[in-house]
Amino acid sequence: MSEKFADYKNIWVYAEQRNGKLMNVALELIGEACRLAEEIGKGTEVCTLLVGNSIDDLAQECFDYGSNKVYMIQDPLLQRYTTDGYTKVIVDAVHKYKPSIVLFGATHIGRDLAPRVAARLDTGLTADCTHLNISVKHYIEYAEANTTLNTSTLDANDPDKGLKMTRPAFGGNLMATIVCKNTRPQMSTVRPGVMQKRDKVEGSKGELITVDYKLSADDIHIEILEVVKSTKELVSLIDADIICSGGRGLGDASGFELIKKFADKVGGVVGSSRAAVDAGWIDQSHQVGQTGTTVKPNIYFACGISGAIQHLAGMQTSDIIVAINRDPDAPIFEVADYGIVGDLYKVIPEIIANWDNAEALFDASSK
Amino acid sequence: MAFKIIVCAKQVPDTNEIRINPETGTLIRDGVPSILNNDDANALEEALRIKDKYDDVVVTVVSMGPPQATDMLFECVAMGADDAILISDRAVGGSDTWATSNAVVAGIKRYVKDNGEYDLIFAGRQAIDGDTAQVGPQIAEKLDIPQVTYVEEFKMDDDRKNITVKRKMEDGYELIKIQTPCMLTAIKELNEPRYMNMKGIFAEDKDIKTWNADDIDVDRTTVGLKASPTNVFRSFTPKPKGKGIIVEGDCNKDQATNLLIALKGKHII
Ligand SMILES: Cc1cc2nc3c(=O)[nH]c(=O)nc-3n(C[C@H](O)[C@H](O)[C@H](O)COP(=O)(O)OP(=O)(O)OC[C@H]3O[C@@H](n4cnc5c(N)ncnc54)[C@H](O)[C@@H]3O)c2cc1C
Ligand SMILES: Nc1ncnc2c1ncn2[C@@H]1O[C@H](COP(=O)(O)O)[C@@H](O)[C@H]1O
Repeated sequence: MSEKFADYKNIWVYAEQRNGKLMNVALELIGEACRLAEEIGKGTEVCTLLVGNSIDDLAQECFDYGSNKVYMIQDPLLQRYTTDGYTKVIVDAVHKYKPSIVLFGATHIGRDLAPRVAARLDTGLTADCTHLNISVKHYIEYAEANTTLNTSTLDANDPDKGLKMTRPAFGGNLMATIVCKNTRPQMSTVRPGVMQKRDKVEGSKGELITVDYKLSADDIHIEILEVVKSTKELVSLIDADIICSGGRGLGDASGFELIKKFADKVGGVVGSSRAAVDAGWIDQSHQVGQTGTTVKPNIYFACGISGAIQHLAGMQTSDIIVAINRDPDAPIFEVADYGIVGDLYKVIPEIIANWDNAEALFDASSK
Repeated sequence: MAFKIIVCAKQVPDTNEIRINPETGTLIRDGVPSILNNDDANALEEALRIKDKYDDVVVTVVSMGPPQATDMLFECVAMGADDAILISDRAVGGSDTWATSNAVVAGIKRYVKDNGEYDLIFAGRQAIDGDTAQVGPQIAEKLDIPQVTYVEEFKMDDDRKNITVKRKMEDGYELIKIQTPCMLTAIKELNEPRYMNMKGIFAEDKDIKTWNADDIDVDRTTVGLKASPTNVFRSFTPKPKGKGIIVEGDCNKDQATNLLIALKGKHII
């Protein structure tokens, strides 16, 4: 197998940019690619693929976050993302340079582009991954710490260096690790917010390669008439240290006023369950979960949220989970580090009122 | 000439109902109802709305799956689809998205042989069992037609050639113009799917066909478990996060202050 793929080396990150700005997930993927490159060893390079128009300055940013090489494709026809245009130039670049691994962010664009690229390359693609490994040894360590997998059938000395791509399935009820043994490159889309970016080292050096490509207007079969940004403020759930989430237990839309007050007090961001979104109480951009955003804050407050598996899928790796729910049997208490059984409309105002006093309360209690 | 729409639909287990057996760590699928995949219901609904508007529209649902998926196809017909095709064969079992799209594309090519070219294909954005959102774009790629995914609004000119859609983005939308034939993938914002109706249920002229691998003349080295470029290496359930502590207190205030004391004591705040 290794013979057959001897030509394929290096890890590529497709660095998605919109309007000349890199998406955060691109930097997270560069960080993850650095980690994977170390696992592969032997001079494996982390390469970033940049596609767009007038994006010269993004190359340095990729170097600063750990990329060794940047492959650059720029054309006025690539000013805006189109499936046709981007697929064509990316597929040609992959054919020419033969990366062993290509990672995409699982954004709305990444999930449109990657399947098309993979199909044209006739290779496998694993969607929406939340964990990646190379060596079996590291995979065993991951599995033992985080999963119920019986690792006795795995050999830590196994020389296999294929990419092991772990993702949730069946609404987060099951996790599957997928491999792509017989075709190259190995491709996956990776959920935003789960991988670690590296610290920025300004002025880092790297090699910039301008890629030859062929593209004409006839290759692109759609026309983008307009790009409309919603006027609502962007919710940065992914970067939040504290998230205060409300669910159907709020009873009505005005409940989010209390949640907002709570979030303002603790320096957090407002999240929600899908039930609250479906009820029309809050915008979908606040939704946490399988079909919303995956979050990993230091503290996640779940208020009036039952803890359905699809909600848990997006927040259960938070460092600390605090649940406030009237129902002592609510499944959210199964994953909560701290649970309060009670009416959120009575409990939250007390937390708000006493928040600034926590230090004194703690001192008094430890006397 | 009739305007022909193909809808790609999948039968999926209702993942809301799936539970984990705590002893074995495996999925309990017994008694879990199989349903028409959520987004696919939106895909079908949009096709049916076009059919409501014009007299000469034919809506055909195509699915690949085990024989019991005909139940789901009956449901599609009862909603108003004209006919349905199930691609079912052991040879296509265990397919990943690359192989699934090969089988569905072979089915669509057979459809074209029998009925002539299609005008429009709808799929769901993603299926709730695998959540990959890959099969739609991969079908489009192999049919060599353009695509728009995450479609939340659809409008077609009366020339039935020019289509304008809103494609949902994380922070807004794009307004996109595209021509038939093309592939559009539907999300739940697109519409509210209709219910089945009696007329649909008892319509006798509606046809549910089952095609096997020979019927669709598919290259057997491109379908099924063995042909799939991706394979499951291991599968498992996440480790249940240990149940934490319930913060007690005589009143809500005590609960709140005890929580804060605990968080402070552990240096969390
Ligand atoms: C394909 C699919 C994808 C999905 N994706 C997501 C997703 O991404 N994110 C998501 O969240 N859900 C998702 N869901 C929905 C999910 O299954 C649940 O329906 C949803 O999470 C429930 O939201 P909830 O906990 O707010 O509501 P409920 O389940 O109704 O829970 C409300 C809770 O509030 C408590 N409560 C009521 N009043 C009070 C009070 N005064 N004080 C304290 N507690 C109170 C109740 O005891 C109850 O536990 C998805 C479902 C499907 C089928
Ligand atoms: N077996 C199948 N038969 C027909 N259509 C399918 C099948 N699998 C997936 N699709 C279509 O592709 C979409 C995306 O599926 P997935 O890539 O599995 O998330 C679904 O919503 C369906 O429209």
